[in-house]
Amino acid sequence: MIFLTRKAEFSSAHYYWIDSWSEEENRRVFGKCANRNGHGHNYTLEVTVAGEVDPVSGFVVDLKQLKDILEREVVSVYDHRHLNLEVPEFRTSVPTTENIAVAIWKRLDGKIPNAKLHRVRVYEMPDLFADFYGEQT
Amino acid sequence: MKAYLSRRYHFSASHRLYSETYDDAQNREIFGKCSNPHGHGHNYTVQVTLSGKVDPVTGMVCNLGELDSFARTNLIDRFDHMNLNTLDCFANRVSTTENLSIEIHGIFARFRSAHLERVHVEETSNNSFDYAGDAKSPAGRL
Repeated sequence: MIFLTRKAEFSSAHYYWIDSWSEEENRRVFGKCANRNGHGHNYTLEVTVAGEVDPVSGFVVDLKQLKDILEREVVSVYDHRHLNLEVPEFRTSVPTTENIAVAIWKRLDGKIPNAKLHRVRVYEMPDLFADFYGEQT
Repeated sequence: MKAYLSRRYHFSASHRLYSETYDDAQNREIFGKCSNPHGHGHNYTVQVTLSGKVDPVTGMVCNLGELDSFARTNLIDRFDHMNLNTLDCFANRVSTTENLSIEIHGIFARFRSAHLERVHVEETSNNSFDYAGDAKSPAGRL
């Protein structure tokens, strides 16, 4: 079993806000992230897949194919978008780094040929990242 | 829905590697330039990894403001711009980054809002140390 990691980047706007809470409660819990005008980040996505090395090609997965899948499923949907306003999964959940990692896992799971999705890591900034390994028992 | 959250913190401190068990010559032999009696310093980076269920309402493993505040009080304020050898925790232990990792693990183990998985401490860009408690291998999953 070999683990292969591919990076991709996207830049997006977001804010943290829960409609059923008062403005005071949102500000108390989410601090400056609750600014309704939004703010943004350069996100870095690292997708790790696990699989066997093909004895002929020497690949776990075709890197070009993996790059295209990340572009189609994630980057083209998230990049230069407002996550709360333009990405369907964040109409009902707060676009925290944790939820973004979970959402990207759901977008990619089962779509990578010949390899198993192992980990989705999302950096909101160099000093903060979230990891998701799928539903764990 | 379990996720892992990692946050990096930075502080600058001085130290000297020296054990009273050894004489000066032995200290120099074992610890090399790190045993310089006047001390030396590093910009340390601490990467803390916490795990927990993603709260279905807030979307968070734990509140980052709360974690940052905890780190400020218990890590940064305690270690930043200090000489590690003068701190109580290094009164009887050499201030290696291995021992520092164990100390910092003990600090974040007291943070109650998420489960501590491990700490990763970078002394320089070429030296880093991991501690996940005695029962775990930090090289495992993460």
